[in-house]
Amino acid sequence: MIQAIFFYVFAASAVVMALAVVSARNPIYSAMALIGCLLSVASIFALQSAHLMALLQVMVYAGAIMVLILFVLMLLNLSPQELGERRVTVRRVTGAYLIGAIVTLLMVRLTKHLWAPASALDPNFGTIEEVGMILYTKYLLPFEMVSLLLLAAIIGAVVLTRKEKGDGQ
Amino acid sequence: MTSETLVLSILLFAIGATGFVVRRNAIIVLMSLELMLNAANLAFVDFSRQHMDVTGHIYVFMIMTVAAAEAAVALAIVVRIFRTRRVVNLDEINLMKG
Repeated sequence: MIQAIFFYVFAASAVVMALAVVSARNPIYSAMALIGCLLSVASIFALQSAHLMALLQVMVYAGAIMVLILFVLMLLNLSPQELGERRVTVRRVTGAYLIGAIVTLLMVRLTKHLWAPASALDPNFGTIEEVGMILYTKYLLPFEMVSLLLLAAIIGAVVLTRKEKGDGQ
Repeated sequence: MTSETLVLSILLFAIGATGFVVRRNAIIVLMSLELMLNAANLAFVDFSRQHMDVTGHIYVFMIMTVAAAEAAVALAIVVRIFRTRRVVNLDEINLMKG
């Protein structure tokens, strides 16, 4: 019961924050709202007993990635002219309409297939111990490959932002 | 609570997709992308809970890593374009006439 109340509170906060992300004119406000949305989703992860994922969501997403985005926003320091005008174009209306259609379709499909209630919860489910055990045994190779991906991303980011002669002005 | 979580996941994904289509600021488009990835994570966690199988959590872990890598490279590209062309509006980045 108390879980359901918390779920609806965090779900409502996540949706409101997500709407703020896409509607805010200033990207700084968007980023702040996105942090709020990610934290609400982290709370829902915890409610779904995905403890390690909730922890990682706060540390990696809301922590590292959002700090990176905010850092770049501060670096660019956009003026109001560069932010551009807010205007309603045909493309925007069509895009919003298409998304609405997709949501309606998915909702209709979803309500047709109401799932059975989840089975009794194993107290170990989603703990660091259980996820870590399966991550370092069964999924060891994907885990190592994803570290290569991160290495490639680091090198790519450094190479892309490096200053070269005759750059800029 | 599981169906409700999936509905929330769809809503977040749709909001993210709308932002991706409608907004023209490159960084807000990037944040909409993060929102969509996050909605996918929510669905994975929910299915994992339904089936009592932590494999879904491994998927979430991988998606988070990919999101981090993608954010780093995309922001590097945005900074690079801003340094040379002084724009972040995606409509004005049309040199290649794609």
